[in-house]
Amino acid sequence: MLKSNRDPGYRFLYPKQYRQGELPMIRKLCLITLGLLGTSVAHADWALNMTKGVTELSAETYDLHMLIFYVCCAIAVVVFGIMIFSLVQHRKSKGAVAATFSHNTTAEVIWTAIPVVILILMAVPSAETMVRLEDSRDPDLTVVITGYQWKWHYAYQGKDVEFYSTLARESNDARGKDSGIDVFSVDNYLLDVDRPLVVPRGAKVRLLITSNDVVHAWWVPKLAIKKDAVPGYLNEAWFRAEESGVYRGQCAELCGKDHGYMPIVVKVVEPEEFLAFVASEHDEKARVASAN
Amino acid sequence: MEKKNPDVEIGTATFTRRLLLLAVAMFGFGYLLVPLYSVFCELTGFGGKPNETAATVVENIDENRLVKVEFVTTVNEYAPWEFSAAVADMEVHPGKLYKATFRARNLSHETKVAQAVPSIVPVQAAKYFRKTECFCFTQQAFSPDEARDLEVQFIVDSNLPSYVDTVTLSYTFFDTARLAQNN
Amino acid sequence: MSSTTHSAEHHDDHGPAKGIKRWLFTTNHKDIGTLYLIFSLTMFFIGGSMALVIRSELMMPGLQFVHPEFFNQMTTMHALIMVFGAVMPAFVGLANWMIPMMIGGPDMALPRMNNWSFWILPIAFGILLSTLFMNGGAPAGGWTMYPPLVLQTGNAFPFLVFSVHLMGISSIMGAINIIVTIMNMRAPGMSLLKMPMFVWTWLITAYLLIAVMPVLAGAVTMLLTDQFFGTSFFLAAGGGDPVMFQHIFWFFGHPEVYIMILPAFGVVSEIIPTFARKPLFGHDSMVYAASSIAFLSFIVWAHHMFTVGMPLTGQLFFMFSTMLIAVPTGVKVFNWMATMWKGSMSFETPMLFSLAFLFLFTIGGFSGLMLAIAPADVQYHDTYFVVAHFHYVLVPGSVFGIMAAAYYWLPKWTGVMYDEKLGKIHFWASAIFVNLTFFPMHFLGLAGMPRRIPDYSTQFADFNMMASIGAIGFGLSQLLFVYIIIKAARGNGVKATAEVWDNPRGLEWTVPSPAPYHTFENPPTIKE
Repeated sequence: MLKSNRDPGYRFLYPKQYRQGELPMIRKLCLITLGLLGTSVAHADWALNMTKGVTELSAETYDLHMLIFYVCCAIAVVVFGIMIFSLVQHRKSKGAVAATFSHNTTAEVIWTAIPVVILILMAVPSAETMVRLEDSRDPDLTVVITGYQWKWHYAYQGKDVEFYSTLARESNDARGKDSGIDVFSVDNYLLDVDRPLVVPRGAKVRLLITSNDVVHAWWVPKLAIKKDAVPGYLNEAWFRAEESGVYRGQCAELCGKDHGYMPIVVKVVEPEEFLAFVASEHDEKARVASAN
Repeated sequence: MEKKNPDVEIGTATFTRRLLLLAVAMFGFGYLLVPLYSVFCELTGFGGKPNETAATVVENIDENRLVKVEFVTTVNEYAPWEFSAAVADMEVHPGKLYKATFRARNLSHETKVAQAVPSIVPVQAAKYFRKTECFCFTQQAFSPDEARDLEVQFIVDSNLPSYVDTVTLSYTFFDTARLAQNN
Repeated sequence: MSSTTHSAEHHDDHGPAKGIKRWLFTTNHKDIGTLYLIFSLTMFFIGGSMALVIRSELMMPGLQFVHPEFFNQMTTMHALIMVFGAVMPAFVGLANWMIPMMIGGPDMALPRMNNWSFWILPIAFGILLSTLFMNGGAPAGGWTMYPPLVLQTGNAFPFLVFSVHLMGISSIMGAINIIVTIMNMRAPGMSLLKMPMFVWTWLITAYLLIAVMPVLAGAVTMLLTDQFFGTSFFLAAGGGDPVMFQHIFWFFGHPEVYIMILPAFGVVSEIIPTFARKPLFGHDSMVYAASSIAFLSFIVWAHHMFTVGMPLTGQLFFMFSTMLIAVPTGVKVFNWMATMWKGSMSFETPMLFSLAFLFLFTIGGFSGLMLAIAPADVQYHDTYFVVAHFHYVLVPGSVFGIMAAAYYWLPKWTGVMYDEKLGKIHFWASAIFVNLTFFPMHFLGLAGMPRRIPDYSTQFADFNMMASIGAIGFGLSQLLFVYIIIKAARGNGVKATAEVWDNPRGLEWTVPSPAPYHTFENPPTIKE
C-alpha cells in the first residue's frame, strides 16, 4: 500500500492542482496491472492482511487467521500442484492416452480422512480462543454502547459520563456528492468522530452493546471486537488494550442510508489521563448545569 | 409409453401431490420454527430472554454467595420517556427474593403506552434469573407528563453456574403506538 | 393444482407452434428451457449493470455518482436479481433442456406446470424491478431483509414480499417437476445410480428447494404481517425477536447457497470426463458427497451470525458443523482431480470454464474454511473478505458452471459449433477480470473495509480501483458471450455432429444436433 493517504499515487484521477511533481500514472499502472502484491507488501501496515491488534485476544485471533491461512496454502500447493502437473502432462496434444480407472478406494479413504484430521487440529485452538472471548468477568470498566441511525452513544457505567459520538465534521463536510472537497485532503476520512470513546490502557473494559432502532454492529479491528447491536437485546464483549493509541472502526451491519458514516474511534490512554478525562467530563456537566 | 421403467413406484399424479404437500408442510414448518425457537431459547438461554410471565419460586437462600446484578436501561427509537434504574447495581444472595425499582417519566403531553423488553447477559444466566413480578409483564400506560416508579421482583436461582459473578439486566422501553397503529 | 401427467397428453404435432403463442403456451421442455435461459441471461445483465453502478461509485473514495440511499438499493437489488433471477433460473433452464434427454425421457413429467413455473418469473421480476420507480425507492435493506431495517422500506415493501413469494412458487413448482421427471420418466434400465451427475445433483437440489423455499416464503410473510397486520414475530415491543428472523432466514439461506452450487458441480462432473476422455472418478462417492453437503447445509445456518450474540455452545456447534462441510466438498474436488489424472485432456471452451471453476471455486472454498473459524470470523464478518468469498463461489463457481454448460451443450441446442476462438477469448477475458475484480476484495476485507458502504476511507482506494476496473472488464466481456450465443443460435457456424465432442458419455449425444423438438418418444435402450 502507499505510504500515506496523501501519497500522490492516489491522485491520478484528481484535479490538476493536486498533481505536482509526481509520476502517478506509472505507479498506478504498475499497481493495477501487475501489482498487487510486490509493490504493496513493502509498505504494508495492515492494508493487506488482518491486523494483529493491540489486545491479547486480537493477537490470538490473528494467529488463528494466519494458521488457517497457511493450512489453506499448504492444501492449495498440493491440490493445485497435482492439477497443474496433470494439466501439463496428461494432454491429448502431447499424445497422452487416457487411462480407464474410475475408482480407487485407498485414495478415497485417504482424502476423506486427512481433511478430518486437519479440521480437528484447527478446531481445538479455535475453541480455546472462543472460550476466552466469552469470559467478560471482573471488568475494570463497563461501557454501555447504543447504536443509533447513524451514530453511537457511550455511557460509562457508574461514572456518570455519557455522550454521543458522530462522524467528524471534516469528513461530514467532504462526504456529499457535490461537496467540492477532495476527500484525500481529509485526515482519516470517514474514520474520525467528534468524540471518541476514551478508555484506560491495561484495564479490562466490558462493553454492553444494544441498539435504539435497527441492527448495527460495533467493530474495531485492532480490538478484535465485532458485536451486533440489536434493539431490545443486550450483547457483551470485552477487551484489554495493551498499548495506548487511537483505534478506528466502523459500523459493520447495514443499518440504512448512512451506514457508511457512523465510524467508531477508541482512544486508549494512560490510566491517569483517563481519570483526568472523567473529571473534565464532570466539570463540563456541572458548567452546563449551572449555565442553565 | 409401453416400456416403463421398472423402478417407477409412485404414479406421477400421486408423487406430485406428495411433493406439493411437502412444500406446504415446509411453509408450516417455517411458522413452527417460531415456537420451536422460543422453547429452544428457554431451554438454553439462547437470546438471553428471561421469563415473560410471573414465575413462582421458593426462596432457598445461599448466604455464602454474592452475585452482582446490574441494570441497564434504553429507550427505543426516540420514544418520549426518561427511563432509568434507581440504583445502578446491587449485590444479591442467590435464592433470595429482591426488589428493584426503575423510574420512568412520560416526556410527551399525551397518553403513551410503553412495553419494557428485558434482556440478560451473560445469556447463560437468563434461565436462572426468575422474576416473580415485573412491570415488563404488561404494557404500561402513562398519562401526559406522568412520572412513576416501576418495580421488578426477582430471585437469582441458586443453581446459577458458579462461573457467573455478574448478571446484567437490561430493559428497553418501546413505544407501543407503532404496534397499535398496525392493529 | 392440476397434476397433468405426460401420459395424459399426446403430441400429435411434431413441430413447434408459430409465433408468440409458441412461447406463451409451450409445454415443450426444450422451449421452456430456452425461455429460462434467455430470461436468466437478461437478468444477468440487469443485475450486472447494478453491480457496475456499485463498482463505479466505489472506484474512488468520495461520492461521485449516486446517493447512499440509491447505493443501498443497488446492492439489495443486485443480490436479489442475481440469486433468484440469474443463477437459479439458469440452472432450471439447463435442467429443462437436458434432464429429459439425459435420462431418456420424452419430456418433463408435468409440462403444463412447467409453463406456469416459467411465466411466473417475468411477473415476479417485473414487480421487483418496478419498485425502483416507487415512492421511497426499491428495497434497500440488503437481500437478507433483516428487520427492523427492512420495515423502514417505503412503498416497495409489500411488492418485495410479493415478488419473493412468486419466485418461491416458481422455484417450488420447477423443483417438483424436476423430481417427478427424474423419478418417473427415466428410460427402462436407467437405474438411479446410473444417472449422470448433473441429474443427480439436480435431484438433490430440487429437494433442497422444496425444503427451504417455503421457509423463506414463511419468513417474508411474517415480515408482511408484522408490518401491516399487527403481528409481532420480529418486533421486540410486541414480544417478538428480530434475531429470530436471522435464524429463519439463514435456515433457508444456507441451503440456498448449495442450491446455487450443486447443479454447477453436476455440470463440471459432465464436462471434465468428456475432455479428459476418461470416466468420472468415484461416481458413487460424488453422489454421497453431494447428499452429505445437502444434509449438512441444514445444520450450519448460524455461522452467518457469529457476531449476533450466541451462547458459547451454540457458536462451537455451528463452527464444528461448518468445518465438516469441507470434507465432502474436498472429496468432490479430489474426485475431479483424479478424473483428470492420466486422462487425455484437450482444452475447448467448456473445459476451460470447468477448470477455472475447479481452481477458483476451490479458492472460494478456502476462504469459506477460514470463515468457519468463529473467532477469526468475528474479524471477517460483514467485510469485503466475505464479499470476496461468496463472489468466488458464485461467479467463477456457479456462473462459470453455467457458462461451461452453455458452451458444452450449445451445439446440441443449435446444431452448430459455437465460435471456438471467440469462446476462448471470452473465457480468458472473464477469468482474468473476475480475479481482478474479486481477489483484491480479500485484502480490502482483511484491512477493515465493511460491506455495503457507498464510500470508504482513502486507505482502501487502490484495491477498490482495481476491483472496479476488473468489474467493468468482466461486464464488457459478457457482451462477447451474448454475441457468441446469438451467432450460434442463428445457425452460423460449423455443423455439429450428434456426438459433438470426442466420444462423450450420455444419452443426449445419441440424438441429432440440433436436438429434434421431441426426443425419446420411444425410450432408448440403456447399454450396460
